[in-house]
Amino acid sequence: MTKRARPLSPFMIGPYYRPQLTSVLSITHRLSGVFLSLGALGFAAWLVCVAGPADEHGSVVAWLGSVPGRIALLSWAAAFYYHLLNGIRHLGWDMGWGLDLKTTYATGWITVAAAIALTAATAWLAFGGAP
Amino acid sequence: MSLRHPLARVHGLGSAKEGVSHWWAQRLTAIALVPLSVWFLVWLFGLISAGPDGARAAIAQPVSAVLLIAFLVAIFWHAQLGMQVVVEDYVHTRWLEITLQIAFKFLAFLGALAGIVAVLRIAIAG
Repeated sequence: MTKRARPLSPFMIGPYYRPQLTSVLSITHRLSGVFLSLGALGFAAWLVCVAGPADEHGSVVAWLGSVPGRIALLSWAAAFYYHLLNGIRHLGWDMGWGLDLKTTYATGWITVAAAIALTAATAWLAFGGAP
Repeated sequence: MSLRHPLARVHGLGSAKEGVSHWWAQRLTAIALVPLSVWFLVWLFGLISAGPDGARAAIAQPVSAVLLIAFLVAIFWHAQLGMQVVVEDYVHTRWLEITLQIAFKFLAFLGALAGIVAVLRIAIAG
């Protein structure tokens, strides 16, 4: 038997394999989780700064108000909303709810739309008016 | 034929009801994090225009201090469980896998500890 070099699973992504909502949301859940783990460390660091001297807290707040700081905060907010909403979706699946294709796609799109809406609302609430 | 006792074989191989402990802990922390996250977000929005003193006062408030500590434990525990699966799935170099698993466990523990100590310092020492 001749062995042919066929593309294996990870390499199927791209030209051979059309991404679906389900698989894209699945990997996004993992990516947002990894990103949020970093955010957890950032949050702990912020708490340590608040517990420390006042000028330390001031420099952290100043950075968070800057453009890179705002981008970081909003990215974390988006990841937080997405991971929370998609996590609820996962908990539903664990209970056997919403596993059929139609419901999976419906909850998937709702999750994406709600995460975008909540992130936009957060941007407006946190930096509303200010450029 | 194996001379090992069936019980010895089963222990540590995931069939001694240990296999689901990771899965279960991940779900348990996830369930806890749904209400805790909603509370945390509302609490955090209240801090937007608060200065350092306002932030300290918000953390020192007894209910907030308790919920913040619960939130810290849940997020770092949940994060460690998640990172463990990510490393298991994508890192196939054995020494690097073990190193990362140990590093992420220590980091999660230190992060939670630092956050808790900070909250307690603000809440108790003022």
